[in-house]
Amino acid sequence: MKQLQRVLFVMLSCFILSAIALVPSSWSAQPQQKNLILATTTSTQDSGLLDVLIPIFEKQTGYFVKTISVGSGQAMKMGEKGEADVLLVHSPEAEKAFMGQGFGVNRKLVMHNDFLLLGPANDPAKIRGSKSAAEALKKIAQSGSLFLSRGDNSGTHAKEKGLWKVAGIAPEGQKWFQETGLGMGETLNVAAEKHGYLIADRGTYLALNKKRHLGLEILVSGEPKLLNIYHVIEVNPAKWPKVNTPGAKAFSDFMVSAPTQTLISHFGTKEFGSPLFFPDAGKPE
Amino acid sequence: MDLILEGLVKAFQLLASLDPEVLGIAMLSLKVSGLATLVSLVIGIGCGTLIALTRFPGKKVLVSLVNTGMGLPPVVVGLFVSILLWRNGPLGFMELLYTPAAIIIAQSVIATPIVMGITIAAMQQLPASLRLQILALGATRTQLVWMLIKEARLPLMAGVMAGFGGVISEVGASIMVGGNVKGYTRVLTTATVMETGRGNFDIAIALSLILLLFCFVINYILTHIQQRERPR
Repeated sequence: MKQLQRVLFVMLSCFILSAIALVPSSWSAQPQQKNLILATTTSTQDSGLLDVLIPIFEKQTGYFVKTISVGSGQAMKMGEKGEADVLLVHSPEAEKAFMGQGFGVNRKLVMHNDFLLLGPANDPAKIRGSKSAAEALKKIAQSGSLFLSRGDNSGTHAKEKGLWKVAGIAPEGQKWFQETGLGMGETLNVAAEKHGYLIADRGTYLALNKKRHLGLEILVSGEPKLLNIYHVIEVNPAKWPKVNTPGAKAFSDFMVSAPTQTLISHFGTKEFGSPLFFPDAGKPE
Repeated sequence: MDLILEGLVKAFQLLASLDPEVLGIAMLSLKVSGLATLVSLVIGIGCGTLIALTRFPGKKVLVSLVNTGMGLPPVVVGLFVSILLWRNGPLGFMELLYTPAAIIIAQSVIATPIVMGITIAAMQQLPASLRLQILALGATRTQLVWMLIKEARLPLMAGVMAGFGGVISEVGASIMVGGNVKGYTRVLTTATVMETGRGNFDIAIALSLILLLFCFVINYILTHIQQRERPR
């Protein structure tokens, strides 16, 4: 037994020693106040918007932003646990619950675009021209055409679920209903390959379709129910003292400031011919 | 087909023009995975030799555990390392989550059992009479261990290659503990996943090519060292 203890002891000390010795000190985080963790949805990253905005914010304020791009659901979970400082999310119902439980402060409207119901050009479920997304979803269910769901608790997934509810259909477990569990860009790729229907935000769709012809067409759009609204939320430091409150506030202010809002309104116009996001700061909900 | 061709063309353009972002990502991958391999070598060869050369109750169980660890799924490691490193978690005071250091830790955990398992196998393969012979020539304990490591260097080199190959190509743990932060923790594998999601297949192909190139060059060098002196 003595021998075993010795082996285990040496293993442990080797591990700790080499871990300490080999990790350059400059790589273990800068002073805490400089780091800002932004938990956000995949659409803001996949569309390229944050690549434009974050460097400007970092230059103006000196913060170092760690953008963690996950679904809105996971972003809010990170906020609940105090593992993020500020959130940029698009899942209004879940956000209200998040605020209601006191996990966040200062929820501000930033921008919107809209969700689209996309599908293959031959439109096997004949949903083109449907009056509403709910009606289109009913047709998809009736015809048993393949529908790709994000299935990852993201803002888009929450929107999907809401629309299925309006349609009065419980799609989970149906043969024609598949959950990818992936980000928006990846799910668009899957739908393109499998010729399925899906709901996507306009920004990611335009950005991706430009780079690779997806073969998916906009079949239903323009309904108020399909609005996609982004808010910035500061994580409540009362529960988690390690949250970088000044940084979160700076980012929140930056997102709704006039110059940033102008940048948002121009983002993508050159490349895609139309803006991907529409600034909304200061407008009533 | 066009896509692959365009991707290849773009890949070579990016490589030829030494695109600073791509280069930065490639260098970070090399540094992070290289350091993680180094950590795993120190621990893996050290502890592996110790386990192989000593006898103690429970040795079989321990060796089985190490061998199981050789197939440790990176995402599982990523999950546990991130739970440990969360700033409100047990090691949160170190503020390591979403840093390159966090990736090194996770990758070390992945590579260490690989190196250790191969070390144990390599050491146990040496003929038992060799030990007696070395000791009979009047070697001290340290000299004995050193001689044995030298004797087993060929299979040990295979351990280095397996460890490095395992971590540089791993994506699950890197994305969870590193967060894929641009210019900071974005490594070749996580960047490839992201660029694919963005529909930038050309860049994704370029990154994949660099990854393959790295794996080949590193393995070529190691194989070269390994084969320099063929066993008689």
